[in-house]
Amino acid sequence: MTTLAEAPQAPEKPPARPRAQERSAAWRRRAPLLPALIFTIAVTQIPFLVTVFNSFQSWNMVRPGSQHFVGFDNYVDVFTDSVFLQALLNTVTLTVVCVFVAMLLGLGLALLLDRAFLGRGIVRTLLITPFLILPAAGALLWKTTMFDPSYGLLNWALGIEVDWLSDYPLAAVMAQITWQWTPFMMLLILAGLQAQSREVLEAAQVDGAGRWRTFVSITLPQLSRYLQLAVLLGAIYIVNSFDAIYLMTQGGPGTASTNLPYYIYQRAFEGFDVGQSSAMGVVVVIMTLIVATFALRLMFRTFDVSRGVK
Amino acid sequence: MRKRGFGTGTARRSVLTRLAILLAALLPAAGCAGAGALGAGGQTLVIAIVSNPQMEDAVALSHRFEAENPGVHLKFVQLPENQARAKITASVANEGGEFDAVMISNYEAPQWAENGWLENLQPYIDADPSYDDGDFIPSIKDSLSHQGDMHAVPFYGESSFLAYRKDLFAKAGLEMPANPTWDQVQEFARKLNDPANGVAGICLRGKPGWGESLAPFNTVVNTFGGRWYDENWNAQLTSPQFRQAWNFYVDLVRNHGEVGASSAGFQECGNRYGRGQAAMWYDATVMAGTNEDPQSSEVVGKSGYVPAPRKDTDAAGWLYTWSLAIPKVAENKQASWDFLRWMTGKEFVQTVGTEFGWNRVPTGCRMSTYDIPEYREAAEAYAQPTLDAISVADQDHTMTKPVPYEGIQFLSIPEFQDLGTRVSQQLSAAIAGQKSPDAALQQAQEYAATVGKSYQESQ
Amino acid sequence: MAAKTNRLGRGALTALTWVIALLFVFPVIWMVVTSFKHEVDAATDPPKFAFSPTLEQFTTILDRGFLPYLANSAFVTVVSTLLVLLLGVPAAYALSLAPIKQTSNALGFFLSTKMLPIVAAIIPLYVISQNLGMLDNVWALVVLYAGMNLPLAVWMMRSFFLEVPTEMIEAARVDGATLPTLLYRVVLPVVAPGIAATALICVIFSWTEFFYAVNLTAAQAGTVPVFLVGFITSEGLFWAQLSAAALLASLPVMIVGWIAQNHLVRGLSMGAVK
Repeated sequence: MTTLAEAPQAPEKPPARPRAQERSAAWRRRAPLLPALIFTIAVTQIPFLVTVFNSFQSWNMVRPGSQHFVGFDNYVDVFTDSVFLQALLNTVTLTVVCVFVAMLLGLGLALLLDRAFLGRGIVRTLLITPFLILPAAGALLWKTTMFDPSYGLLNWALGIEVDWLSDYPLAAVMAQITWQWTPFMMLLILAGLQAQSREVLEAAQVDGAGRWRTFVSITLPQLSRYLQLAVLLGAIYIVNSFDAIYLMTQGGPGTASTNLPYYIYQRAFEGFDVGQSSAMGVVVVIMTLIVATFALRLMFRTFDVSRGVK
Repeated sequence: MRKRGFGTGTARRSVLTRLAILLAALLPAAGCAGAGALGAGGQTLVIAIVSNPQMEDAVALSHRFEAENPGVHLKFVQLPENQARAKITASVANEGGEFDAVMISNYEAPQWAENGWLENLQPYIDADPSYDDGDFIPSIKDSLSHQGDMHAVPFYGESSFLAYRKDLFAKAGLEMPANPTWDQVQEFARKLNDPANGVAGICLRGKPGWGESLAPFNTVVNTFGGRWYDENWNAQLTSPQFRQAWNFYVDLVRNHGEVGASSAGFQECGNRYGRGQAAMWYDATVMAGTNEDPQSSEVVGKSGYVPAPRKDTDAAGWLYTWSLAIPKVAENKQASWDFLRWMTGKEFVQTVGTEFGWNRVPTGCRMSTYDIPEYREAAEAYAQPTLDAISVADQDHTMTKPVPYEGIQFLSIPEFQDLGTRVSQQLSAAIAGQKSPDAALQQAQEYAATVGKSYQESQ
Repeated sequence: MAAKTNRLGRGALTALTWVIALLFVFPVIWMVVTSFKHEVDAATDPPKFAFSPTLEQFTTILDRGFLPYLANSAFVTVVSTLLVLLLGVPAAYALSLAPIKQTSNALGFFLSTKMLPIVAAIIPLYVISQNLGMLDNVWALVVLYAGMNLPLAVWMMRSFFLEVPTEMIEAARVDGATLPTLLYRVVLPVVAPGIAATALICVIFSWTEFFYAVNLTAAQAGTVPVFLVGFITSEGLFWAQLSAAALLASLPVMIVGWIAQNHLVRGLSMGAVK
């Protein structure tokens, strides 16, 4: 696909060597990467290129013989479609809120788990369960057992009669997605917490640093890498959230909870409009790429890309 | 000093051996192409169906077909309606060939027959007089035919009618006429609406989807004298009659309808009515099966059924049927037909009736079903109204003006799935109060106009 | 005195943790409970906590032929995860401990492959699979899932690789270790918990993936999510049955998760050498 802007400078330069040897050394270093790279290119780029090709066509799958080249018409339609813009807004809102809240919750839970206590293993297993059940099952569960106006547990527990899915559709979907992704964040952050050096922590304690101080000055910086990884990966996945909306609200009422993947789905599988849905897919890729580039540059600038290992 | 970690010594080796044993056990089980390939001696027929209760009964009985046809093995792919529709359409349109038989509705059948994607079934039918395609209700038979030949055979059919709680009506001193009008129904709903006690005047679908809220809504449009397009494919959504229907439906649901209407589909309405939370429910005729089933309803025996409310037309019910068809690219067409014949023949109805109960037989397509005494007895409250509703469910009876498309509650054009869904989303937004009905209708008109233009251009 | 309040404080914190965990997981607990109910008890107002349990939902589901789907899911998940590890470990190594100039480019590329919404790519994939004769074939899913999870695995494992202390690598290199020895004897034991975590997440994503599975399989290669979705009907409310199906569908992954994270913990607490 497209590549990012140039990488920051390598921290060390290898010592001067004859050119050929240098080049073969470089290829040897790249070699372990190649299988994965080639595999990924084969599996992901071919469908993507076909999608790009389709985006320049007008093609309705159920109207045979309707396929023909229309240039950028589809893209123009995409940007003048008010529903697309609404979906875009919803996607951004959904992603930002869910990632942020899930990360905070995940951090909190990881901190609670980062000590030995009775039944810690069981609690840990319990807490990752929302991530282990099928997203489809989770969405249905929330729709029926939690949000149902008559039989839902939320209304029963709070003693009110609110139709969550109609009145607060986006919030309801966000709640479900956050619930599902919190364990993912928790798992990553926990790995980071438990990779902390015990000696450094003990040394800080001996030096008289309080819990909060230790957390802010030692733990958080150490966790930064994991937090950023969690946020980046979580964001990429949550942008593509589909099951929750498909099963809970069908993007409604109206288009209140339609996000980009769901809208693309509607174009592709209800409208069978291959051209439009492909164009939308490409637009989503480009937009995500732009945002991610900025995010990644920030990430790489703050931390080492590579280690100084010769 | 490195302590014994996860990766060294016996711990790691035992995990690896365990993994290896697991893999060795799994690989033969899963096989090279998929677990289903095992034990497939002879012929395998792959059938794509929608996961509705009637279909599930058929799946449960499928071993009988296999017993009668040794060497044929049936495999079902069961999915919910939207998924099934998407998958079957993709497969048939792209000639994927995964399926030997597919379940489609009277929306797809005429279009796909015209595209040449379906096998013409008339020769098979004619070769087997005992199948008796004259037994099919004419409106249903026509809806699955192309140029006079059937290209799909119906499994069950439905129209729509109105269910009402006789006890609540009696208590309020009201009487439901034999052929109600929408104005009368609105009045009843107003009088019986009792939110304080959790009872809605009427339950109507509001969920987005061309097969959800648009089904009842379109019948209202038709009987109010409205239509989607005139003969020249000009969109008519902002015509006075259509607008009147639109406002009527939105107001009725908002004022006297159920809680959560904007996301209520057939299933949700069914729950409400079954729990006694609505005084009336206008929906598919198959609702009667659930209403009168003690396993899922608390109001068994309390409902009366009258024809769909109307205004300017003789009738106002819709027409829908789930049917089976054979893709043109299927390999074992004779075997596929044998299965279709089994599942849609008169004998099957008898089998389901005796095995599972007469309330569960697939109805709404064969007139002979309504002559079975056991069925008439079990379905006394709703059998005749159902048959009547389906019999008059055609454009002549349900519409006032000519239209350039087939279909009653849908338009049998490829764009309708998309257009209908978009318009139903606007309807849902209006019901939820997110948008003014006028603004929503205007947006819907624009969607329709775009589609209409492409038909005007091709004329 | 300090010890006593400390223990009280710790006890309170433990109790709080338990309460929070149970609240958080409550929907899942409710799902398990509901799966043992008769259908009439499943959707009630107010919710029923006391009821007579039954196994009928589970027998219905097993009668519907759950096992082939289970076998397919297990096969696809295990093989694709192994493939991911096979390809991903060297790649992560190349992008962390023996860095190349285009590290951030490569990482960025891997990440970018996840930006195309699955729904947009499904039609090309369907047509390609059809042309290759790979429709309704578990190997198509294996390849797709590996491609789907590889970027994630590379990113995650790279983070764990970066935790390996330089001195260890240096020492091994000075001792004249070859690359395989370096990887398997020195580095892997240290990053093993991280790899286990990565493998677990790959397993979860492969097991629960439903869009490709539904659209690219038919009768033979169907996986567990396809089976589950078949229980959703548009006419009739079957919450108990659905809960039971969801429970059965998630159970294998839950068991794997339990086992894996036990190993994870042991490794994390013992192997974190600095």
